[in-house]
Amino acid sequence: MDMKRRDFLKAAAGSGVLLTLGAGPAFARAPKLLLPGAVGILYDATVCIGCKACVSACKQYNDMPPEHSSLERLYDDPLDLSSKTLNVIKLYSNGTGAVKDREIDGYSYIKRHCMHCIDPACVSACPVSALTKDPSNGVVQYNKNACLGCRYCQIACPFNVPKFQWDQPFPQIKKCRLCAHRLVKGGMPACCEFCPTGASLFGHVADLRLEARRRLSLEPGQWYEYPVQTVTSSFKNYRQVSLYVHHIYGEKEGGGAQVLLMAGVPFDKLGLPALPDQSDANRSESIQHTIYNKMIAPVGLLGILLYKVYINTKDEE
Amino acid sequence: MTQAKPLSGKILTKTFLLCSVFVLMALYFLAQRFIYGLGAVTHMNDGYPWGLWITYDVLVGTALACGGYAMALLVYVFNRGEYHPLVRPALLTSLLGYTIGGVSIFVDVGRYWQAYNLVLPWFSQLNSVMFEVALCITTYVLVLWIEFAPISLERFNQPRLLKILNRMVVVFIAVGVLLPTLHQSSLGLLVYIAGQKISPLWQTGLLPLLFLLSAITMGYSMVIFEAIISALTFRRPMEIKLLQGISAIISNLIGLYLVLRFGDLVWREELRLAFKGDLKGNMFLIENLLLIFPMVALSKPFKMTKPRWLFVSAALMLLSGAVYRFNTYLIGYDPGPEWRYFPSVPETMIVLGFIALEIMGYLYVVKKYPVLSGAKKG
Repeated sequence: MDMKRRDFLKAAAGSGVLLTLGAGPAFARAPKLLLPGAVGILYDATVCIGCKACVSACKQYNDMPPEHSSLERLYDDPLDLSSKTLNVIKLYSNGTGAVKDREIDGYSYIKRHCMHCIDPACVSACPVSALTKDPSNGVVQYNKNACLGCRYCQIACPFNVPKFQWDQPFPQIKKCRLCAHRLVKGGMPACCEFCPTGASLFGHVADLRLEARRRLSLEPGQWYEYPVQTVTSSFKNYRQVSLYVHHIYGEKEGGGAQVLLMAGVPFDKLGLPALPDQSDANRSESIQHTIYNKMIAPVGLLGILLYKVYINTKDEE
Repeated sequence: MTQAKPLSGKILTKTFLLCSVFVLMALYFLAQRFIYGLGAVTHMNDGYPWGLWITYDVLVGTALACGGYAMALLVYVFNRGEYHPLVRPALLTSLLGYTIGGVSIFVDVGRYWQAYNLVLPWFSQLNSVMFEVALCITTYVLVLWIEFAPISLERFNQPRLLKILNRMVVVFIAVGVLLPTLHQSSLGLLVYIAGQKISPLWQTGLLPLLFLLSAITMGYSMVIFEAIISALTFRRPMEIKLLQGISAIISNLIGLYLVLRFGDLVWREELRLAFKGDLKGNMFLIENLLLIFPMVALSKPFKMTKPRWLFVSAALMLLSGAVYRFNTYLIGYDPGPEWRYFPSVPETMIVLGFIALEIMGYLYVVKKYPVLSGAKKG
């Protein structure tokens, strides 16, 4: 009896080892890199005037319904992203809220929408490839004809970006698609085209990163020509530089993103999570790929089980 | 090989009728869910996209239904043939639990009419833990029905079919052990990708192993729990010797689990979070303190194996397993300060309806099919 129990524990531990291999980084999958053709948005909160032209344009060019947060229900005034709002401008305010882009006694705008991650958790999570990353420009897109509505993408996204139509009997996931339907026609995302100050800037991610670094090297109070609409635009907004937080949010966070954010207020105050450089997709897939590495462990385990069950049921007869 | 016999007795008992009331109420709310959408009956939201249904019906429900898996492991893999009388009732609870879990997923997913996309090769996404879970659970439900088929064939007296099935049974038993090993561990890995949204008390690379160990332990506990309840309900003799044998396994498994659970927290230097006195910390303590009694009481030196203590230990272990799953997926999940979730009444009624349906299924099957062995007319 005792002997057998020991056997049981030994074998149980053995099969456990098969599965714990996942805890080690031995088979960690290589991190995904920025695609050469990746396009994105650089949002600079210090340039943003909070006019919400981008929110309005986003609704218009993506056929999204208005959303009301006030009693009068006169204006489209969403408080946050939702299945009706793919892009939103939010306000940070502290103390007297007197000075723009200052953490204490100041205020700041922040624009929120899909970050179009370099290694998106939603794409890794989706069981049916309803969320995919465009192999050339890196836009994260949604295909309703594939989607099961399991909402695993919502669980996975560190930014809580994908939204579900809770009020629909035949619901879809809604999220920013970087206006992919406008990009194919040679256009740019509506939010960038209609931004009057250049706070939302469209371009190749490599160029956007250069532009962001250039801005961080500027002295506050210095005059600078902020490009409007696209990073290579000749249409400029000539204004004085504000003090930046010395950080380009989205350059490294969660494996990096194609949307970059700059601001004068620390990003955690603006509601953005402090993420490690390794993406959650990478972490999860490293374990998943270890357990299911070439199906060796599952098939091996099945082989052992078949043998054991065969021997043991033969005994009974 | 077996002396299992159907219990006789009437089907339409008071319990059965009471359960059917719950099922009818659930059907009413289910109709609303399909007509008006998920928001009309549940409190799930964009911050908490998974609520009571996934947490209870799928995570807790399938773990409670691991009795069949745990017993198959013991009897067919570790060759403890003497436990054979416990296999059929365990298989039945597994069959019911997993089937309900599968139906719940179907109710929970928004675009259920496209569920078959999962098996279309051009949609299948092999990096997705959800893909593995969904495929594995669906297959396992089918395997459970096939494993149960001999029992119904016995009843309908189909010796030839039975013989064919018995010849293939090795494969189904082996697959029936493999699949829960894979998906119960994946059910832990599933939430790993939520990264920092999960409290470090639950977020760990050991999630697959912890969920698997916990599920197997819950499987054995469920066998004891179910055996004692059905013995009392149908006034039948208890397989007390067998249950005592299982209880020692439970104690050892809990010990192993706790070593891993706390070793991991100490290693990651996050154990202090347990003593912060907040909801998360307290729930963590409850989750693990519940395991102390069964581990000690069922251990070899104490051997508190009177039915009463067996029952209390099994119940506490099951409760702890359920709390662990609720903690990992809801209490420990924090999408941000602007989001709240507490299940709605209709959402809860649908869960109760599913539980009632399971009880009705159990009562019906043990009276009509040869599941319980050594049956005396009660």
